[in-house]
This record gives sequence, structure tokens and C-alpha cells, in this order.
Amino acid sequence: MQQYLYLIPALPLAGFLALSLAGRRLSANLIAGIGAGSICITAVITILLGIQFLQSPPETGVWQQTLWQWFHISNLSVDISLRVDALSLAFIFIITFIGALIHIYSIAFMRHDRDYARFFASMNLFVCAMLILVMANNLVLLYLGWEGVGLCSYLLIGFWYETPANYKAANKAFVITRIGDTAMIIGLFLLFKELGTLNIADILHLAPEHFATSATGISLIALLLLAGGMGKSAQVPLHTWLPDAMAGPSPVSALIHAATMVTAGVYLIARMHTIFELSPLAMQVTAIIGAITLFTAGCSAMVQTDIKRILAYSTISQIGYMFLALGIGAWSAAIFHFFIHAFFKALLFLAAGAVIESLHHEHNIFKMGGLKNKMPVIYWTFVAGAAALAALPLVTAGFFSKDQILWYAWSAGNGHPVLWAVALCGAFITAFYSTRLIVVVFWGEMKTSISHLPPKTMTIPLIILAFFSITAGWIEWPHNLLHLSLFSEHIQHVLPATILQTHLHGEIFFQLIAAIITLTGIYTGYLLYHLQPEVILQWKQRSALVEIREFFFSGWKFDQLYNNIIVKPFQFITSTNKSDAFDKIYNGIASANLHLNQLFSISQNGSLRWYVVGVLIGILFIITLQLLL
Amino acid sequence: MSSIHAHTVLIVASILFVLGLVGVLTRKNVIFILLSIEIMLNAAGLAFIAAGAKWQQPDGQVMFLFILSMAAAEVSVGLALVLQIHHQHKTLDVEQLKELKD
Repeated sequence: MQQYLYLIPALPLAGFLALSLAGRRLSANLIAGIGAGSICITAVITILLGIQFLQSPPETGVWQQTLWQWFHISNLSVDISLRVDALSLAFIFIITFIGALIHIYSIAFMRHDRDYARFFASMNLFVCAMLILVMANNLVLLYLGWEGVGLCSYLLIGFWYETPANYKAANKAFVITRIGDTAMIIGLFLLFKELGTLNIADILHLAPEHFATSATGISLIALLLLAGGMGKSAQVPLHTWLPDAMAGPSPVSALIHAATMVTAGVYLIARMHTIFELSPLAMQVTAIIGAITLFTAGCSAMVQTDIKRILAYSTISQIGYMFLALGIGAWSAAIFHFFIHAFFKALLFLAAGAVIESLHHEHNIFKMGGLKNKMPVIYWTFVAGAAALAALPLVTAGFFSKDQILWYAWSAGNGHPVLWAVALCGAFITAFYSTRLIVVVFWGEMKTSISHLPPKTMTIPLIILAFFSITAGWIEWPHNLLHLSLFSEHIQHVLPATILQTHLHGEIFFQLIAAIITLTGIYTGYLLYHLQPEVILQWKQRSALVEIREFFFSGWKFDQLYNNIIVKPFQFITSTNKSDAFDKIYNGIASANLHLNQLFSISQNGSLRWYVVGVLIGILFIITLQLLL
Repeated sequence: MSSIHAHTVLIVASILFVLGLVGVLTRKNVIFILLSIEIMLNAAGLAFIAAGAKWQQPDGQVMFLFILSMAAAEVSVGLALVLQIHHQHKTLDVEQLKELKD
């Protein structure tokens, strides 16, 4: 089966090429067939390969396929070479499987768009780039996928480019992730300078021999790679692009948030885990950034009114959990949370897209409401997704992944009670805004009429995703409840097991706390938005609370901050330098010449007598000189 | 010939030259300026003759013949220009002929 690995990125690429070259001449059905078909076939191949991989794992734990040599410069040889191990397999599965569902959903969702082919072409390229990223055997190829993902996010966020806000959002996403990318490529250069190779397996092998633990060099490399991951994965302070990235169509948001793009940073850090383990500083920074992100983004999600922005902030917050888990060394917990998160976040975005589409493109949740009975499929799938997001104990997949992270935040070697407390706060906030979403959007009175109900091709992916949002967690139980850990078993072939502190008791106690906090969050949401909505009206009277809400609503004023410390000084410099300081030098030379010329041209006055005197003086001057010298 | 000292002749030549120069500088009429230039040329020629006599060489007289022929040629061109100037500007006053200024 190993020899078919190349098909996984090749099929979406072929789909992209076909659609971008001949898209205008194809019928809509054919476009949908090529666009969604390529990803669906890829998903099937992935599942077959995955089954094969799990049944008879290769002895080295890695499948490799070298296609051809990309380039060779002195001692740097870069191959187009694919590599699949348990970690990348988890990512490939999510990318292709969820990607396929999103593509199927898009067939109906984007049907009436005049750029149907362009949409599917970009989506296919997006999936292809992400697959290259996770299947790359070396960091150069990984970087190719990394940049490809950035490019496609730009193309898709600005898909409806006629609206100025949309292409501005696309530009913002591109520029901000570019900051991280630059840090990352510097990290890659340093890595090559130190180790002389960019092959992932070689790096993981050589790094512990080459570097002492917490050496400056390795910390610098790890921090630069982390900065790259923060850019792509929208972590504070490089997260501001993600809420604006909602400008794209809903399937694009689902793809960005669930399967591709934002999880690239998580993948990079997990892939380079040896380097991070050698640098405790970088691990701590990762954990702290994750904790800060999950809290700040959670607070912002609580007060947003745009349904997609709520989900965007919740993604940032959930990726924050993954970073926290990576930072405390809970590698498999982070990947597991990614795995689960992909299902329910794709589901939530697709369901939100269906709601928005049915309500005449209404984004404001307070203008929705009462959809529970009108759109039962959407309602129940959305409830499944929101429950998974809120980590409703035992019945949803989100609980199993988030509980692991919470537990490790306390118990892992790098864990800390403060991190645990922040994560717990985040869990409360998550439960709260998930409930708010359900109550405000689906309960109560109808405020906007429904134009049409979503067709079957849109609801079936939702049902599949809802099924997995509930059940996917059951493959990995907390070990004090049930000895079933199918996921971490495989992941631990690639990633080291989490080191726990000694003398730990009462895991069940922590699980209970987490469960209670979640339920409290849900009840608070239910209380404030359903039972006693007048409480919120009272809060809106108090200016302090309104200001806090405003602060959260604007995403902790990060945009204003960047505007003030970067954009405005830059504009000031450019406006003061409007006439270009360097031009002044050349203009000065020119005008000096002009003045000298005017000075000399006084002597050319046309008077013959004057000229004769000039000649005379000249002759006298020469004669005097000769007499004197 | 030998009774006259070369430097006496040179003094006469320089007086002639200065006379011509003053004429060029002070005269307004172009024709008079040309005349003055002729005087200056002859002063130079006289200096050549004196020098030739002093060193007993024929070069001085050869040079004078050369200056003489050159002066003839120059005057012919000069007078032609004067004619043209008078034709176009109806004046020969150098004070008014200032068109070649910047």
C-alpha cells in the first residue's frame, strides 16, 4: 500500500488543475463531481491506507515514499518525499475525511455562486497544500505546504472579493500569518546551520546529540518555530486575523478551522517535539501562550453577536487548549483534542452556514431564534456540536479530549495549578457561550423568516459529523474509568508519553470538578439567556459592565493596539517622508548646478567690450603667472 | 639699422599695441574696432621685425609677411560681417549689438 501514498496529495492537486484550467467550460455538475470527487476518493484511499497501517504497522512505524529529488545544493538535498506515521495519519485522516464532508456540503451551498469552479479549485488546492504539509518528509517540503495553505486561505477568505471588507480580511490573514512564517523560516535556517539537515527524521535523531538541554541555540530555534505556529494557528498575539477570516464562505471557515490551516501550528510543534523537549523555556512559553489565548478568546466569544465570529473565537480558544497541552508535554492529549475538535468545529461551522443561508444571510444571533422546530436536523446536529464544544461529560467527544488536557495541566511534569485554573475557567466560558449560542439561535421566538430549508446534501454531512462529535471520544477513555486508549496507543509510537508528576491522587476528583464546572457553565448560560433574560438587561445599565463587554467584543482591543503601535507610526513615517528624503540629495545637486549656471551666464552679456576686457585680464593673468614663476 | 636698439623698437611696438587696444575698448563703431585690431597686429609685426633684426634671423620678417596676409584675409571676412551687420541691424554701434547674450 505504501506505493499509493502519493495519490493522497496528488488527487486534490489534479482536481485543482482540472478545475482551474478548464473550470469555465465545465458544467456545474461536472465541477462538483471533480471538486468533491477528488477529495472523496482521497478520503477513501486514506481510510484504506489507515486500516492497513493500523492492522500491520511497519516495523519502523513509518511509511515513506520518495517521489523525486527536488533540488540538490552542495550538502543540502531536498526530496519530494512523503512520510506517514501515526501522527501524520491522524492529520491526513481529519483533513481528507472532514475535507470530503465539507466539499459534499459545498456542492449545494455554493451551487448558485458564479465562481463555482474557482471555489472548488481553491478548496482542492487548500486540501492538497495541507496534505503536503502533514506528509512532508523534510521541512522544506513542509514549508511549501505551509505557504500553500497561506495562499489558499488568502484566496478563499477573499473569495467574494467585490466587497472591500472581504479582501481586507484576506490581506490581513495573509500579512499576519506572514509574520509567523518569517520567524519560522529563520528557525529553519538556524536548524540547518546547526544540524546540516532539514530531514525531519534526521533532525529528531540528531538534535538531542547536538544540543544540550535548554541550550540557547535550541531555545531560539524552538521559539522561532513556535512563532511560526502561532501565526498559522492564530494564537495571541498573532490571532487577530482569524475572527476577520469569517468573510469567506462558511465551508471555507469550516475547512480553515477544522481540517486545515489553524491546526498547522499544532502539527509543527508536535512534529518537532524533540526540539521543544530540549528547550523547557519554549515549552513553558507554548503553555502560557496557549493559556492566555484560550482565556482571552473565550472572553471575546462570550459577547460576540455574529454567529461565525463566536465560532471563530471559540476555535482560537480551543487551539489555545491544544497549545497548552503541547506546552505541558501532553502530546497525545493535544493531538486527540485536535482530532475531536475537527469534528465538532466543522459541524458547527457547516450548521451555522446552513442557518445563515436559510435566514437571508443573517449573521446576528439576536435576529435569529425559534429555529428549533423549523429546522430540526440543523438544531439537533448543532446541539451535538455545541455539547461537544462545551465538553458535556461522558456523552460527548469533547469531554474526553478536554478532560485529558485539564488533568494533564495539573498533573503533567510541566503542569502548573495556574495553568489548570485558567483552563478550567476556559472550560466554564466555553460551556457558557455554547449554551448561549443554542438558546439564542434556536430557542425563543422567530425573528427572521426562513427562506428555504437546506437540502439533503447539506444535512447528511452534518449528521455524519454530529455522529462523530458524540462518539469519537469513546476511543480514548480516562484510564481510571476504562482501560481503552486506542488513540494514544498509536500516537505514542511517534510522540513521547506524557510524564506525570509523582504522588498524584484523585484523578476522579479532578474529573468531577471539570464536569461540575462545565455543567455550571451550561446552567449559567441557560439561566441568563432563557430563564432570566432581564438580568442581562440590568447589566447593560451599568457602564462598567458595558465597557468590559465592549473590551471583550473588540477582541481585547488587539486591533486597536496594532493600529496604534504599528499602522499609525508607519503611516506617520510615510506621510512625513512623502517627498522622499533621498530625492532631496539629487534634487540638491541639480539645483546647485542650475544656480552656478545662472551665476556664470551673467558673464555672457553680449557686450563685445566686456569680452575683450575678459581676454585681456586672462592674458595679463597668464603673463603675470609666467613672470612670477 | 644697428644704430637703433631693439628695445626702442619694442617700446614703439608696445605703444602701438596699447593704442590699438585702447581703440578696441573705447570705440563704438565696429569699423574702428577693426582698424584698431589692425594696429595691434602691426604692433605685433613690428615686434617680430625688431626681434628678427636683433638675432639676425629671417624668421621675424617671414612672420611679418604671414601676419600681413592673415590680416588681409581677416579684414575681408571682418568687413563682410560688418556689411551684414549693417544690413540687418542698421547700426554699427557695438553697444547695441548685444544679441548674443544669454
